[in-house]
This record gives sequence, C-alpha cells and structure tokens, in this order.
Amino acid sequence: MNSKRNYYILTGMGFGFAFLYIPILLLMVFSFNEAKVTTRWSSFSLKWYQALLENDAIINAALISLKIAVISATIATIVGVLAGIALVRFKKFKGKTLFSGLMVAPMVMPEVITGLSLLFLFVAMEELIGWPDGRGMTTITIAHITFCITFVAVIIQSRLQGMDESLEEAAMDLGGRPIRILFDITLPLITPAMISGWLLSFTLSLDDVILASFVSGPSSTTLPLVIFSKIKLGISPDINALATLIIGIVAIGIVIAAWLMNKKEKAYQRDIQMAVAQNE
Amino acid sequence: MEPLEEKYIDPQPWLDKNEKPFLEIRSVTKKFGDFTAVDKVNLEIYKGELFCLLGGSGCGKSTLLRILAGFETATEGSFFIDGVDMTQIPPYERPVNMMFQSYAIFPHMSVEKNIAYGLKRDGLSKPEVKTRVEEGLKLVQLSQFAKRKPHQLSGGQQQRVALARALVKHPKVLLLDEPLAALDKKLREKTQFELMDIQYKLGITFIVVTHDQEEAMTLSTRIAVMNQGKIKQIGTPTDIYEYPQSRFTANFIGSINIFEGIVKESLSESHVVQSEETQCDLLIDRDSSIHTGEKIGVAIRPEKIHLSREEPDKQDFNTLRGKVLDFGYIGNLSVYNVKLPSGKMVKVSSPNQNRYSKHRVTWDDIVYLTWEPANTVVIL
Repeated sequence: MNSKRNYYILTGMGFGFAFLYIPILLLMVFSFNEAKVTTRWSSFSLKWYQALLENDAIINAALISLKIAVISATIATIVGVLAGIALVRFKKFKGKTLFSGLMVAPMVMPEVITGLSLLFLFVAMEELIGWPDGRGMTTITIAHITFCITFVAVIIQSRLQGMDESLEEAAMDLGGRPIRILFDITLPLITPAMISGWLLSFTLSLDDVILASFVSGPSSTTLPLVIFSKIKLGISPDINALATLIIGIVAIGIVIAAWLMNKKEKAYQRDIQMAVAQNE
Repeated sequence: MEPLEEKYIDPQPWLDKNEKPFLEIRSVTKKFGDFTAVDKVNLEIYKGELFCLLGGSGCGKSTLLRILAGFETATEGSFFIDGVDMTQIPPYERPVNMMFQSYAIFPHMSVEKNIAYGLKRDGLSKPEVKTRVEEGLKLVQLSQFAKRKPHQLSGGQQQRVALARALVKHPKVLLLDEPLAALDKKLREKTQFELMDIQYKLGITFIVVTHDQEEAMTLSTRIAVMNQGKIKQIGTPTDIYEYPQSRFTANFIGSINIFEGIVKESLSESHVVQSEETQCDLLIDRDSSIHTGEKIGVAIRPEKIHLSREEPDKQDFNTLRGKVLDFGYIGNLSVYNVKLPSGKMVKVSSPNQNRYSKHRVTWDDIVYLTWEPANTVVIL
C-alpha cells in the first residue's frame, strides 16, 4: 500500500520536473550543436559561443541591460524603502489609504498600459520641455524604476510589519532622535529585505520586454528586445548559447547564496543552543 | 557586609505630609477613539519607590507606562517628574528609561554596544562611555559576555542586558513593562530578588507593570490595582491584601470569601451582621462608618479560617458548619471547598503541619469553620 503510493508520488514528481526542465536542458544541449538547424543534432561544437562573442549587437545590448538594471534597481530600492517605511511606521496621515493604494496599483496594472502611458508622458515632456531627448537608456531606466518601486515597497512593508516595533521605541527611549534611529536601527534590520528588493528589481528590469519595447529608442535596445527581435527572424543557435550562459551564471549564484545562508543559519542555531545550555 | 539595620530600612514617604512626590500624575486620560484606556488617573510616587501597576490585561497599565515613557500622548492631563512638566517632552529627551517586555535588545549589536547606545546618544566622551558600560555589565554580572551578540544569550541574560542598558543612563525613573514575564518560574523568583537588590543599591525610582500579583506583592513598596483604566486602590502589599476596599481588589488579589449581610446591631466594640448565607450571625470589629441596617459584605481570606472536625464550644458567632465538597493537596497546604447548608461555597486553606495526620479532613466530612472577628474586612 505504502510502496504503491510512493510509486504514484514519484511518477507525478518525475513528470512535473520533466515538464519544467527538459525544455531548458534541450536548449542547453543544442547550444553545443554544430548544425545550423536547431532541431537536429549533428556533432559537438563551441562555434555558437564564438559567434556570440563576435556579435557586437548582443554584447552591447547585454551591457546596456545590465547598466539599466543596476541603476534602476538601486534607485527603486532607495525610493521603495522610504515609501515602505512611510506606509508602516508613520502615524496616520491624511491620504494614507490612498497613498498605500496608489503604491500597489502598478503591480496589478497591465504592463502594456503602464508602457503606453509612459510613452505618452515622455513624448509630451519632450515637446514641452525638451527632455528626455529622444528615447533610449534614460527612458527605459525611468520606466523600470517606476515599476520596481512598488515591489520594493511591498517587500519592505511586510518586513517592517513583522519587526518588533519596540526596537525602535527602545532606541528612542535611549535618546535616539528619529533620523538617527532610521540609520542605527531600522535600516540595518531591514537590510535583508532591501537586498531581496534590489535583486528582485534587478531581475525584473533585466528581463522586461513589454515596458522596454514602448519606451526604447533606436539608439539603445536591451537584451530581451534583441533576443525577441532575433526570434522573429527564426531561431539561431547563438541565442541558445546565450541562454545557456545566463542559466549557468544564475545557477552558480543560487548555489553559492544557498550555501552561505545555510552556513549562517547553522551557526545561528548552534549559538542559541549553546546559550541555553550554558544557562542550565 | 552591610549592617542589617541599614539594609532593611522601610521608609514610607507617602505617609509623611512634608514629603513631596517625585512623580506626579494629574488626571491623565488616554482615549483610543471611543475606548478609554486610561481614565482620569491620579498618582503620586515618591523617590526611591518600587511602585507596581497591577491589573489584568487591557486594564490600561501598559498604556499608562507608555504615556510616562512618551510613546503615547495623553488625551488629557499632565504629569511631572521632579517638579518638571513632562507632558510635551519627546521620549528621547525624558529623564526616564524603559525596560521592554520583549527586552527590545538590538539584535545586530553586541551586548556592549547595546548598553553603550544610550550613552553615546547623550554625547558622553568615549572613555566615560567605556567606564559606564563596564559598571553596567558588572551590576548585572555579565562582564564576560560583553562581546556576545544577543542571540548568543539565554533569556535571563537578555533580560539583564535590557536592564543594564536602561540603568546606565542613570534615569530619574525606570519603567519596567512585565520585566519577569518571559522567564520560567525558578528564574523569575531569583531575578525578583536581584531586581529589588539593584533598585535598593541605586535608589532609582522603579515603576513596574505586571499582571502577576505574587510578583507585585514581593517586589513593591506600593501597588496600584487597576481595572478598566481606573485605579481601584493604592497601598502597600499588606494594605492591599489585608484591607481591600472593593470587591474587585478583594477578588483580584488572592482569593476571598464574601458573605452578604445586613448590620443587625451595633455594640460598643463590634457590630452583629445577619446573613442568609450563614446559619449564625457574624461578628465584626466596630467601625464608625458602619450603621445599623446597612447592607455590607463581610470578607474573610481562606487562610484566616480555622477548620476542624470537632465542634467548637461557643457557637454564637462566626461559626459555620458545612460539608467538604472538594479538597486539594498542594504540599505545604491543603485547600478545601466547604459547602454550607445555604449552598454557599467557602474556600478554606490550612497548612499541613504534620506529615501523617490521623485527623486529616477528607471528602464529605462535616467540618466547623471559625475565625476571629479582627480578621474580617467589610466591603460595601
């Protein structure tokens, strides 16, 4: 009975993971394919990796994407943290409910609409005050910031709600003025949430197609846009190579992060146990 | 060793007419919307007192403490420390420190840094901060733990860090919110005495909020019993226990039996009370505020009732006959529930002086309950 149930569970799990990972595995395998046709294997080769490195359009787009992602994630984190703190820690102010509603609205708004409205804004502003001068990196960055602030603010908000408010009160009781407490207590304690907010913004910005396709200009395109336009002309194996590289980097990053976190958590648990044991 | 006489001085500044209160709360009210958390509270606390605010959850004791610390603003009223109006002063400028129920130790700072935090905010010089931190660590016996992070400490040690952090600031008043609630029973008893010792050594006025009556009784010079935002009674632990002024206080502190009755007769040294709940009349000590014909409650604590299976000689007053319905053996004493013929239940507790008593009272025994008139309290 038990073994039979195990069998069902294992089969279900196998199908689930196969569904998730076989496409990715295939993509990775075919990046080493000699042939130009992406669906038929001929022999092992690294030539598509070489082609990728020689493709300036893709390399440039990747660099622009990274730049945009870093800048927009950083600014979105700063603004999002301030908004999150205002939403949770400030006493009731007029329009607080409206403010918190407006804060999460972009999250549920279809990106097509956000993109379109931003495009209108940029065009109107260019006509009125001459800025932004055409569309390109600046406009994409601004679009990504507006979009990412929401996510950072929500992450910070939930972290602050779970935090013991008496920590900040204790700091105030000990003579800390509100601004000092922000830097001494609040920010250090929400650092993990700030990091995850930044990382989320970074990834959101890095793989955004919809917003970028509205507000990008001929001068600069992001990586996802380049890939997207290349696919339209037929799949070329150097895209497979690019995807394999990205997956590889992400996988290594995740493994390292998990290992570090696991180590830290184990040390933390050991400390607690030691403290309890010593007291007895 | 300090001489004993010096250590056990028991000053009672609240009885001295010339003494000025150190902390004065004048009709402080706090409302949250329609809900009144603190209702026109007046309190006078003297220098060096260990004052307890005692009450059940939601009685307003914590809100009152938070008003004193400055985290809540009083809707009405004001309060003074050492003659200075504190009502409008922000928390970071008040000469008051608080020990939080959760301890609120900064998790990202070492023990040392936690204690130094408040001193640095005061702008003390580095060497001075260092000496004060060392003093603080010594006071709570944590010197060897200075470099540890809070999560590397046990609950009791964390509690002492929180205490040291507040004390090194040399506050005029230290506020303690349920200081012992998070500790286990044995540690709590030990820490209680440590806390009293530290308070005595430093002479700082302590205000303790607690829901634990035993804790309040042991710790405090005086207790304020609170209910529904109001102070029901203020007094020394003995006053509160032996002379409760209201039914609430009587029932809240310890357990008590209350017999409802009417004053039948007033004699030269006593009153006779007739009660339907008892078979015989009750005798109470004479009190000029009691008049014949008045409806009163005669209250008596369980341990002040003598319980016996033998019939007493005199049965005129204060002698009840009943059946043991239930009894609990607690070790040092036994608790009995005795049912009177009227149906009234009486709680009695008596010490177990002998290990094997032949006359041990047990279920369904007919017992006689007697007590001295002087041990009763009249509750209106």
